[in-house]
Amino acid sequence: MGMTLAEKILARASGRESVVPDEIVVAAVDLAMSHENADLVRKSFLEVGVAKVWDPERIVIILDHRVPAESEKTAATHKAIREFVHQQGLRHFYDVGRGGICHQVLAERGHVLPGMVVVGTDSHTTTHGAFGAFATGIGATEMTGVWIEGRLWFKVPSTIRIEVEGEFAPWISAKDLILNLIGRLGADGADYRAVEFDGSLIRRLSVASRMVLANLSMEMGAKVAFTPVDDTLLDYLAERTGWKIPWSADFEADVDADYERILQIDSAEIAEPQVACPHAVDQVVPLSELGEVPVHQAVLGSCTNGRLEDLAVAAELVRGRRVHPRTRLLVIPASQQILLEAIRLGYVQQFVAAGAVINPPGCGPCVGVHQGVLAAGETCISSTNRNFLGRMGSKDSRVYLASPAVVAASAIAGRLAHPAEIVTKEAA
Amino acid sequence: MNGAVLRLRGRVAAKLADNVDTDLIYPGRYLNITDREKTAEHLFELAYPELRAQIRPGDFIVGGKNFGCGSSREQATAALKYSGVGAVIAASFARIFFRNSVNLGLPVVVSAEAAAALQAGDEAELDLAAGRITCLATGALFQAAPLDPRAIELLEAGGLIPYLKKKHAA
Repeated sequence: MGMTLAEKILARASGRESVVPDEIVVAAVDLAMSHENADLVRKSFLEVGVAKVWDPERIVIILDHRVPAESEKTAATHKAIREFVHQQGLRHFYDVGRGGICHQVLAERGHVLPGMVVVGTDSHTTTHGAFGAFATGIGATEMTGVWIEGRLWFKVPSTIRIEVEGEFAPWISAKDLILNLIGRLGADGADYRAVEFDGSLIRRLSVASRMVLANLSMEMGAKVAFTPVDDTLLDYLAERTGWKIPWSADFEADVDADYERILQIDSAEIAEPQVACPHAVDQVVPLSELGEVPVHQAVLGSCTNGRLEDLAVAAELVRGRRVHPRTRLLVIPASQQILLEAIRLGYVQQFVAAGAVINPPGCGPCVGVHQGVLAAGETCISSTNRNFLGRMGSKDSRVYLASPAVVAASAIAGRLAHPAEIVTKEAA
Repeated sequence: MNGAVLRLRGRVAAKLADNVDTDLIYPGRYLNITDREKTAEHLFELAYPELRAQIRPGDFIVGGKNFGCGSSREQATAALKYSGVGAVIAASFARIFFRNSVNLGLPVVVSAEAAAALQAGDEAELDLAAGRITCLATGALFQAAPLDPRAIELLEAGGLIPYLKKKHAA
């Protein structure tokens, strides 16, 4: 019997010939990432009393949740992390202004390579399955164990394979596909499972779009989610590491691998933009079912949809138009590199001219802490990843999740809007 | 075997719905609180603000499926534990929450039958090693998914940090 990719990676990392679902293995960790919650890890690490971390080359710390510090308390947290980084000689630390959102920084700096075991103290660590890595979120206490021992126990997950064929209709993107899948499978539809995406549509996607699928697979409970390791990915990595990794059969599932379930999706099934309604990511409906929904704030950004291609589609929509007088548009490039590119390509100018505000690269209002918190009674359309009750501010606010194109169109219309509506209105 | 840790008796303080997410358990705005004991002040603050005051030491929380879904924030587990919750019984748990609970020494028990049958106010007994839940109000007995020996070891140690401390003591 062949192995799925999750099984292959865990077998390699635990020094086994093969593994099967539900086995417990102890796997060597290749990369351990934390953001501000590195401070929790630091405290527990000091409590255990071990002098040095297991490997200062394999720990990455990226400040992103509250940057720049919004309070004295956060400033003290950032300071404590900086001091710890220095004292332990950690090689990979991205301070305010040097990085951006942790998942984007790991990706664009070439930290994650196919076949790795990656753990992060952030649930959206599944994003790195787009790089062929077994990548999953863990808690801060668990990370303390990793910092000390460099390994962690895993239950080998069974795998759901999702094959998507065809092409996206106009204005449909990876965000619509994954929201549609979360709606079908439910918030626990992939709990404890690995997900493997493949098919002709998936293989034509950019690396940025593949990251959207792997990132949001977390919202159906996935432990890890992979997209294919192919030339598109290996070329992306070569640009960042200066070395093209030769393709290997270790980076894909065996043809006779055993799947718990195989889903075949035809892209024609997703004819219109998908929207996740308050207050659950699996409450997904096609946009046209929602009718007139005024929006007070539109958010474009996050580890899900704050990359250059996301800003590009939105910039094109706002160019020469104005954000609706009763709506605020917040744009948060996912990293410093993306911000620089967005400046160079003129997107930033288009956003600002249209009346948008540009927030610094980071998680911004997605966690409901700063830089665009919602008041009671307000409604937000957002390209982010969660719309839980009170997620972005007041418990009496409402968050709808959709693609960057729908966010930009809605910002202009002042209500939930299909991008085609914005474009054709003026052409007519 | 440490009987006190593995055999628990308590009252069901509340019975909650499916998909209780980590933002409902512990709002993101308080993530910069890193003293675990203090997280208890914000347990269920947005969703069930009255619940915190009703929890007595050793009480159980009963959830539906996918309890603790969402963020990896460990404060969600810490807030439950330091509010005095003795265990969470649910039809299923989101995986990071489950691991966080074991690592912080908060017993978590998977039983769809018990989660469906137990009601707020019921007294119940848990035997974590045997995977057994008894509702003392009705006498009904429920089988729970057995905990992995590794999880039992961590719960007996009081969580991963005490476990690591002992293991790495010079």
